[in-house]
Amino acid sequence: MSAQGIRSLGRRLRHGWRVARALLSSQYALMLEYRAETALWALSGILPFIMLGIWSQLAIPPAGLGPGSGAGSGASGIGLDQLQLSRYFLGAFVARQFSVAWVVYAFEEDALQGRLSPYLLQPLQPLWRYVAAHLAEQVTRLPFVVLIAAVFFLLQPAALWIPSPGRIVATVLAIWLAFTINFLLQSCIAILCFWSERASALERLLLIPYLFLSGLVAPLEVFPPALRAAAHWTPFPYMVAFPAQLLAGQVVPIAASFAAMAAWIALLLPLTLLLWRAGVRRYSAMGA
Amino acid sequence: MAIIRAERLSKTYRVADKQPGLAGTLRHFVQRRHRDVAAVKGVSFTIEAGEMVGFLGPNGAGKTTTLKMLSGLIHPSGGVAEVAGHIPQRRQADFLRQITLVMGQKQQLIWDLPPLDSLRVNAAVYGLDDATARRRIAELAEMLELGEELTRPVRKLSLGQRMKAELLAALMHQPAVLFLDEPTLGLDINAQARVRSFLADYNRRHGATVLLTSHYLADITALCPRVLLIHEGGLFHDGSLRELSSRLAPCRLVRLELEEPRPATDFASYGEVEACDGRDVRLLVSRERLTEVVARLLADLDVRDLEVSDPPIEELIGRLFRQGEVA
Repeated sequence: MSAQGIRSLGRRLRHGWRVARALLSSQYALMLEYRAETALWALSGILPFIMLGIWSQLAIPPAGLGPGSGAGSGASGIGLDQLQLSRYFLGAFVARQFSVAWVVYAFEEDALQGRLSPYLLQPLQPLWRYVAAHLAEQVTRLPFVVLIAAVFFLLQPAALWIPSPGRIVATVLAIWLAFTINFLLQSCIAILCFWSERASALERLLLIPYLFLSGLVAPLEVFPPALRAAAHWTPFPYMVAFPAQLLAGQVVPIAASFAAMAAWIALLLPLTLLLWRAGVRRYSAMGA
Repeated sequence: MAIIRAERLSKTYRVADKQPGLAGTLRHFVQRRHRDVAAVKGVSFTIEAGEMVGFLGPNGAGKTTTLKMLSGLIHPSGGVAEVAGHIPQRRQADFLRQITLVMGQKQQLIWDLPPLDSLRVNAAVYGLDDATARRRIAELAEMLELGEELTRPVRKLSLGQRMKAELLAALMHQPAVLFLDEPTLGLDINAQARVRSFLADYNRRHGATVLLTSHYLADITALCPRVLLIHEGGLFHDGSLRELSSRLAPCRLVRLELEEPRPATDFASYGEVEACDGRDVRLLVSRERLTEVVARLLADLDVRDLEVSDPPIEELIGRLFRQGEVA
């Protein structure tokens, strides 16, 4: 690369950094205004703990013991002992908290309210604003997630563990990629706003497969092998189950899972950009 | 050199055609019907750099659609638009840095944060360094008489303060071309006057080109030596307001104050009697006959006072819009 090319790249990187900093700080300020709402959203994500309670009760107890006595009794009927189950669902809670995307709702509202038009007339791809809003919301969520996790460990002190540094790094990376997949998937649906004003209705179609195939409602180990294999051809297990298993210290195909996540991103990113281009052309044709 | 060029610019929308009632709803559900609506029909004009041009027309005439086409927000169905050397709908970054579109009913400021937060984002997006951004914010804030409002959440600002902050946000990258769609809509008289004087000042200082639509004719008369009158999608007039007035009303208004009251029938031979209230009479007289009629009025009648003026432009344009007098 020539010296001029390096200088130009440096300028663009500096510009990108300034834009990212300004967007993130303004969006963080905005999220702090909505801190009570963010806390409620964090609290509403405790589904994994409810499922933990159910799966603990349904765990097959050793012979001669009644239902409910499986807790803390060692191996459960789903191939995970109680501690593993607890740690898995805590991991699922954390993965869900930091991979959640709501771009379809924000985008739909902006499109309907006409706020998208000024964004389209600025030299910045509008989707970056939504990325910044999500990242800022995740930072705002962090203290509430820590608080909920602390309460969890107070109630289940035996489940407390400290993952290895390698696992922590891998989990953070996996959650970040899970968020990217979720964000891109939702963006594809959000962009359908350009064709149908209520694209969020389509997002609901994804809810059931997401709930079951992501491992949020049940560990994938409980599914029949054929269904489990089929699930791994969808992006859903990588959004929750894989980061949760990583954090819980379970044996997982780490390299293959990361490769699958990269493949999903490689598929969804150009699809998002293609849909965006076609959608904006249609939006422009319809009257913006 | 023309900075804005529109050549046979047109835009046709496809809109759903649904009859009212349950039967209409069911029919529309089973078989959707659409029809084409021509919002802009082959409009052509050019605007030179630094000009301030008013865009007049009733609701639905195609003003906003034309502004959206020129700013690149929507694609024309036909014709060519060129602004600052660019094809607007390509929305290239270099083009976007040279223009701004302010819509009186839409906002870009973040509702729950002070305007300064949005301004910081805009400064970064447009690549302004901190010192330049601070200087421009200070300059524009002074021109717009904005102070502590910039640190108050947008939702706490009055409509006028919000509009001024929107203008600041839209202009801090110092665009060469301003598309302003109803920038004074809903503002009180004082706020309207302040926005007007700001726009005139901004045009003087930066030589910016302004294309402005407004329902308030006072905005246009105060700011724009040239007006484009668009009606039912077509360009009806391109010139000064005075020329428009002559074209719409080839007559002048003569107001008389008489010493003695007279009936309206006495004035039929002078011109069209618009009002006759005893001593006060208002006559519409054709421009060609004006000198002769005034001389006759002064000779024939006991006139205490006489005044000749153009009929109010608002009335003329209003009459045009109501009657569809466009040929």
